[in-house]
Amino acid sequence: MMSGESRKRPVYLDNQATTPVDAAVLDAMLPFYNEKFGNPHSGTHYYGWEAREAVEMAREQVAAIIGAEPGEVYFTSGATESNNLAIKGIARMYRGRKDHMVSCVSEHMCVLDSLFNMEKEGSTVTYLEVGADGLIDLDALAEAITEATILVSIMTVQNEIGVIQPMHEIGALCRERGVFLHTDAAQAAAKMAIDVKAMNIDILSLTAHKYYGPMGIGALYVGRKPKVRLEPLFSGGGQENNIRSGTLPAPLCVGLGKASELGLAALAGEPARLGEMRDHLLGRLQVALPGIHINGSMAHRVAGNLNVSFEGIRAEDIMAAVPDLAISSGSACTSESDEASYVLRAIGLSNDLAESSLRFGLGRFTTPEDVDYAADRLIAEITRLRQQKQEAGIPARILDEVS
Amino acid sequence: MRPIYLDHNATTPLRRAAADALAGAMAECGNASSVHWAGRRARARIDDARDAVAGLLGAQPADVVFTSGGTEANNLALRGSGGRPVIVSAIEHSSVLEARADADLCPVDSDGRVDLDALREALERTQAPALVSVMMANNETGVIQPIAAAAEICRQYGALLHCDAVQAAGKMAVDWRDLGADMVSLSAHKIGGPQGVGALIVGEKSGLKPLLTGGGQERGLRAGTENLPGIAGFGAAAEIAAGAGTEYTRLQVLRDRIEDTIAALGAGARFHGNGAARLGNTSCIGMPGVLAETQVMAFDLEGIMVSAGAACSSGKVRPSHVLGAMGVAEDQANQAVRVSLGWDSEATDADAFVAAWWQLFERLAATRASAA
Repeated sequence: MMSGESRKRPVYLDNQATTPVDAAVLDAMLPFYNEKFGNPHSGTHYYGWEAREAVEMAREQVAAIIGAEPGEVYFTSGATESNNLAIKGIARMYRGRKDHMVSCVSEHMCVLDSLFNMEKEGSTVTYLEVGADGLIDLDALAEAITEATILVSIMTVQNEIGVIQPMHEIGALCRERGVFLHTDAAQAAAKMAIDVKAMNIDILSLTAHKYYGPMGIGALYVGRKPKVRLEPLFSGGGQENNIRSGTLPAPLCVGLGKASELGLAALAGEPARLGEMRDHLLGRLQVALPGIHINGSMAHRVAGNLNVSFEGIRAEDIMAAVPDLAISSGSACTSESDEASYVLRAIGLSNDLAESSLRFGLGRFTTPEDVDYAADRLIAEITRLRQQKQEAGIPARILDEVS
Repeated sequence: MRPIYLDHNATTPLRRAAADALAGAMAECGNASSVHWAGRRARARIDDARDAVAGLLGAQPADVVFTSGGTEANNLALRGSGGRPVIVSAIEHSSVLEARADADLCPVDSDGRVDLDALREALERTQAPALVSVMMANNETGVIQPIAAAAEICRQYGALLHCDAVQAAGKMAVDWRDLGADMVSLSAHKIGGPQGVGALIVGEKSGLKPLLTGGGQERGLRAGTENLPGIAGFGAAAEIAAGAGTEYTRLQVLRDRIEDTIAALGAGARFHGNGAARLGNTSCIGMPGVLAETQVMAFDLEGIMVSAGAACSSGKVRPSHVLGAMGVAEDQANQAVRVSLGWDSEATDADAFVAAWWQLFERLAATRASAA
């Protein structure tokens, strides 16, 4: 397919922002919106029991995807709430006894913001740097942990550059030093094998809409050995073992459960398939376009992610030129602000290169044709944009500086 | 036999239009914070829903902060108000009662209405400007609270007023401007929308601090990727609820028919809170000599779903704090069952309930007589 040719359906390559709902997930949810609409906390009648049973089944499905016990899984409204609950909940529970936490500069904004909030309430936080590959330094982590440390929070997969942190090693270190390990696995769950027991993860956040489930539902795994204690963010009702009050949305829980079941099954083939398409996309861009920088490690990267900078061209100009592709210049949460990605800055990119970067998120419903179409369009438009600049007689680099 | 669902205050079946809006949003993929077309489409759906939810209360769309439900909205209002001393009525939902451990309780009268003199005295005692939380209508008795009067008192003392309208919205006319409350909580699944979404209506100058941070969504008051399908469903349900004026009277006629018929049976039934203005859909009925749990199980066998008190805390049945606060004796409180009608309730449902009620009463009265 040649560039410029218009397609009826735009190509969605932003699966790290959110994913389409799998039809099988929707099918599982729909009965709970219709004939099985009960409140799972109505303990006295059939509709309530039916909803309760479905919620508990979903809990098992979620537990299975991370190697947890069902009783260690609590439903929340999503990863932001899970991360807030984990960090604020632990910091507040151990306030005055152990007030130090360790995290990393490239965490998701909701982790960082929760940490900033806890600093205002009396915590001290060490933010580990990351290398050009996006990985933390395990020696630096070992050094950062002190007698006062209660929690280490390191995300499993970075949301912009897809880099996978060495969770096994981090977990072993945290266990040895007797501190809790929390991980934001929003981008990792159902994308790679996770075993909280083998990885020594004590508390883990995930969300359904990043793996073909519905928005508005997520989970927090809270380990029992060692027992993690949390102060809840919401109270009243006492649902979820008092950790998270509020009526459980049965259809959403069922959707998260089904997405987890499908995700677990898909681990056998999906990452390899996405990795192949991702590598194909990168190869095509590299062959056709000079001045490409890959951001973050390719060796330690989740399969569906690619993040590259195109020297001399601003990401927003590229995106404007390809309205038929849904791609992003950073995380969705920060995409409305003009600032360059703090994640890309953290791995050492200049402002210019950071503002020239695009994130490609391939997913379950991405086809090889989509990828080729995207490559065609990007190559054509980026070549055209660069030519325009050259014709204007100004080296791209200088143009960037004055703009 | 069609099951008869009379537990709408616990949760309500999804309205068709809400189901359509939800399914429509779910068929598309987009994070409302993304700048590309998929993100913009998602954003537009959320804006439409925000207009509809604001419209339900006559509020401004900009005042709507979407949450994961009523519990979160209540916690955001109470916990997000920082150091203000808090006064809550004794009949609030547990998500208000338990949101702040330091809250002062304001009593209610025997009809279940908040005692405004006591509220004034409590405000008199507080040193700093307070936050008062009084629900619009009670979930167990349906008793409507004097919010406008409470707001007037709060204003005199420089206090903010939060109003939990989770049960009231869609069951009575609620106008944010007339209310005079500073914050109002809503939940979608109580008005025919989906579970997992709600809202706090809050004006700009509330000084509220978020519970969930990071991402900056919802004016910085509630971080997290918006639950797009849920919000779309909420909007559709709110639109219907806003135009449901005749529905209030239809349900009230059914509810009164239940109460009048049972009263006429001469069994000594009590209707808690019926001395006050109530939501037209709710009745809290005490069957003399029969425990609520027994009744609920017996009704369930007849295919009728009602509840003993509120449907929270994973099915635990505890003595109702609402009836306790009204001064109802414990043995009578333990005999009270809540019947709550909704948009799909019909006259035949009301009649079936009354028939089952009488049958059960007679049977158990006979047992008691033979045992005596």
